[in-house]
Amino acid sequence: MHFGRLLELIIAASLINNFVFTRYLGLCIFFGVSKKMDTALGMSMTFTAVMVISSALSWIIYKTVMIPLHLEFLEIMVFIGVVAGFVQAADTMMRKLSPGLYYKLGIYLALITTNCIILAVPLINAQEGYNFIEALCFGLGSGLGFSLALIIMASIREKLELADIPKSFRGLPISFVLTGLIALAFIGFSGLITL
Amino acid sequence: MAVMNEKEHARLIVSVSPHIRSDVSVSRIMWTVSIALFPALLMGVYFFGPRALFIVATCIVSSVFFEYLTAKVMGRPVTINDGSAFLTGLLLGMNLPSSLWSFSPFLIHVPIIGSFVAVAITKMLFGGLGYNIFNPALIGRAFLLISWPRAMTIFYKPTAAFLGFDAQTTATPLGILKEDGMNKLIEVFGTKSNLYLMKLIGQNAGSIGETSALALLIGGLYLLAKRYITWHIPVTFIATVAVVTWIFGGTDPATGKMVLFAGDPLLNVLSGGLMLGAFFMATDYVTGPTLRNAQILFGIGCGLITSLIRIKGGFPEGVMFAILLMNCFAPLLDRYVKRKPFGFRKEAAR
Repeated sequence: MHFGRLLELIIAASLINNFVFTRYLGLCIFFGVSKKMDTALGMSMTFTAVMVISSALSWIIYKTVMIPLHLEFLEIMVFIGVVAGFVQAADTMMRKLSPGLYYKLGIYLALITTNCIILAVPLINAQEGYNFIEALCFGLGSGLGFSLALIIMASIREKLELADIPKSFRGLPISFVLTGLIALAFIGFSGLITL
Repeated sequence: MAVMNEKEHARLIVSVSPHIRSDVSVSRIMWTVSIALFPALLMGVYFFGPRALFIVATCIVSSVFFEYLTAKVMGRPVTINDGSAFLTGLLLGMNLPSSLWSFSPFLIHVPIIGSFVAVAITKMLFGGLGYNIFNPALIGRAFLLISWPRAMTIFYKPTAAFLGFDAQTTATPLGILKEDGMNKLIEVFGTKSNLYLMKLIGQNAGSIGETSALALLIGGLYLLAKRYITWHIPVTFIATVAVVTWIFGGTDPATGKMVLFAGDPLLNVLSGGLMLGAFFMATDYVTGPTLRNAQILFGIGCGLITSLIRIKGGFPEGVMFAILLMNCFAPLLDRYVKRKPFGFRKEAAR
């Protein structure tokens, strides 16, 4: 396996095709959790872990069950089921095994089930025909990219708390404007790596 | 109560901060930066003719107008006298190609829309001067580059004929370097030393204000001497670009593959908007970090992204995107760079 290609895959998924700033996915969690740095950090850790594991699980199910049985047309439903099942199982296990961690990260787990990036990653994995390691790296890159977006956004939004923004734009509206401007800056990365 | 003499009385005045009065104010800084940009503007107008002046004037007038308008609409005090809208318009105009002022196609709405995005959306919507996250002029330019990619990359050949309205289009030196390589660039400019000379005085295609590295350097050094900017961001920014493009910027003309330590740092430092960006836009107080260590990291980050885009990216020039991307990271840098407590020394910590 080419190590350079894996690195390129991670960079491409996290910076160049950043899910938030170039594909505009996962915005509900992005705006919901980026208000404070603490929650943003907790969310990004949980999110990256879930992303890697769920992209591995869905890859295994896709290759071992769905392709042999010619069930590719069911991929959306199956992937939703896999991810939701996995997140729910992780939630239950964490509550029993490590309550401390559960109280810290448990709330984020429940939110992640409904995220569209978590569904997009297995779908793209299947569409691009990535092998197992590549699928893992793509999941990792996507998680890191989302974390980066969350952390940048949280740091800027905490700064904006003090800003004298017009009343009708405070809160969510200015965050949308801000996301558009960050997306404008992220266009600079386009064309950097052509996979 | 005993009568105090003058000296004793003076000792009783409680004073918290160091209270040194100075005449530095927002408007003074803004106007000084505008003056520092004047040599570069002069060279731009000299080489690109009156149309360059028209574009810069359009940007300045529309920026000031939009600042006035948004302040009125938002019910804020009108602050057009502090010069920040003037400076934003000036910087935006100097970042545009002179080809926008032509009669077919008629594109004069482009600088006006850029000014609107810069002043109304990037600055005033976020609460006005001091609260903006991004450099307004750069967001304006990025917006125009995405919206009119063709018009924003047509560059006229400098003619130095002041009333010449005819113009010939050509690619910028960095564009030629990206598309056709170093040999083609030397072919266009004759010799390598001629290329450097043309880059210094500004006789090469590009945006209005970015062509003359020497004029920009004079303005930048003036600001440094006035202590309105510190060396941290410009020096680290330019040095990083020089080092990285020297190591990774060279290509083998025959195969097009990368050759290590064969790049041309001087050309990369003199080219594009690097001088303009490093001295006048990355050093913006509002959108950059305030701590010295964070500023050094900010400069290095700008340099790395600029070189990355120049060497590998889809655009020939990366200064604008580099500064905008680092603007995103500035609050984060200020937050996590360790502060040195006032009066802290290493010996004292032991």
